[in-house]
Amino acid sequence: MTPPQVRQDSLRLQIGTWITIFRIALEERLVYRGDFALGTLMRFLPIITQIFLWWAIFDSVNAGSVATTSLVGYSFPDMVAYYLLTMLARAFSSMPGLASTIARQIRDGEIKKFLIQPVDMLGFLFLGRVAHKVAYYSVAFLPFAFVFFLCRGYFENGWPSAINLFAFFLSMLMSFALGFFLEASLGLIGFWFLEVSALLFVYMLFSFFLSGHMFPLDMLPPSWSLVVNFLPFKYLAYFPAVVFLEKVQGTELAIDLAVEAAWVVFFVLLSRWLYARGVRHYSGYGG
Amino acid sequence: MQQSNRKTDFLSYVGVFLAFAKNSLIRDMTFRTNFVLECVSSVAWTLMNVGFYLIVFNFTKSIGSNTGWGQYEFFVFLGTTWLINSIVQAFFMPNAEEFSELIRQGGLDFALLKPMDTQFLVSFRKVDWSALSNLLVAITLIVYSLWHMAIRPENPWQFDIVTLLLFVFYVGCGATMLYCLMTCLSATSIWLGRNQSLYDFWFYITNFSRYPMEIYQRGWGKPLWAVFTFIVPVLLVVNVPARILAQPLHPRAAWEWPLAIFAVVATFLCLVFSRWVFQRALISYRSASS
Repeated sequence: MTPPQVRQDSLRLQIGTWITIFRIALEERLVYRGDFALGTLMRFLPIITQIFLWWAIFDSVNAGSVATTSLVGYSFPDMVAYYLLTMLARAFSSMPGLASTIARQIRDGEIKKFLIQPVDMLGFLFLGRVAHKVAYYSVAFLPFAFVFFLCRGYFENGWPSAINLFAFFLSMLMSFALGFFLEASLGLIGFWFLEVSALLFVYMLFSFFLSGHMFPLDMLPPSWSLVVNFLPFKYLAYFPAVVFLEKVQGTELAIDLAVEAAWVVFFVLLSRWLYARGVRHYSGYGG
Repeated sequence: MQQSNRKTDFLSYVGVFLAFAKNSLIRDMTFRTNFVLECVSSVAWTLMNVGFYLIVFNFTKSIGSNTGWGQYEFFVFLGTTWLINSIVQAFFMPNAEEFSELIRQGGLDFALLKPMDTQFLVSFRKVDWSALSNLLVAITLIVYSLWHMAIRPENPWQFDIVTLLLFVFYVGCGATMLYCLMTCLSATSIWLGRNQSLYDFWFYITNFSRYPMEIYQRGWGKPLWAVFTFIVPVLLVVNVPARILAQPLHPRAAWEWPLAIFAVVATFLCLVFSRWVFQRALISYRSASS
């Protein structure tokens, strides 16, 4: 039986380690903040072409009366707001290079450092990504706020109700966790296959199309949307956006949030399991 | 004497280009699985794009009312976009990406020492053969759409050799304009030292060229339309050849021919301007310590 004092000390040390990891990662990411802010602003440029494309589409659906036309429940301003919101959600849920980095570390043996150091790999990477997002949003907040302010006219209903706003933040946080553990699980498959780039490519393709990043998923034919509703991808972009636009409410909203939470738990467990199994399978390649 | 010199000069440039192309092909064929994967991935992105518009055309008959860009006309437009894109990605993109590295590490010294035109040498050194897989997809999409347009009862599309030749010519003009834009962008890396976001910037600019220009001709899109037609003419790149081939309006609108003539002028001006920018940039090149 460990005396309580020792246990408390080790817990404090543990937390100290996590805070240090987080601080290092945060500082690393704030080095190029100027480039960062400019890059973020540029990232909104494609929205301009999206606005005009959808303007033209709405215009031709109902011969010239854009204002009264609605497509699968979206008015033209809704559509633009949807794209803006998915960009925000994608900035939260996308984990560029996570899976490929894990796979590379397995392949060239860098992963050994996690096996000999008293640091949990998934926890280490998770904090790194949290730091990245914190750094990203502290710098990207201004460009984001600027663009959303310019486009405020497209948010016809203004701010959503308190419940939906809260659900929106919740869904964004969960989309971050979902994105992380989903990609981490994919990367960990590298324990068995070493080269996972083809798999990652398929994943990227599916997630781009089925997360709602390209278009609102409501536009898919009914037979498709049945499948898409059962996949985790929609929580990466589509779901936060429609929550903000109040297209999901009440019981439906609660169920969807619960399903998203279940997906997060599933992928947390899956990545833990894959890591534990993988380490046993691992035979230390590379120098 | 002068004449024959120039002729051998030209032939030697062709020879060098063919050697470059062959080298790249040999390198690509060394990693064949990788090559196939790259082909599959670029084709998959293209098909996904087509998928998106298939969904869009479930809800509308055309892009913009009275513009004539119905589903098959627009697919010709889309095919033209991918056609020009794949040419740019195969021949120009890999070199532009390498150019900033040449400058950063001082490798441009070697290009400057060679008895050839430096711009030619740095812009045609590599060919990305896998990008040409999209060329096939694009041609298939265009032929498929034209066939559909040809068999429809109203306003059937008619084959015409002049149209086809003009299309090929303007695809060439479009690719040239993009090449010039890319040369200007990558030349800036001589001044800036490093140009990592070159590809991003390139993507954001060319993004405007991917849609029929009519969609910008409303509200606050008009200044955008003017800038991207007359100052940075990326809107001409796809619009002019696609219009000529798909002929969305029957009969052709009065402004289409002036636009086509302007596209030739713009291509010429782009060439002159990018050449000037490149030469100016070379003067500022100070090599790098090695």
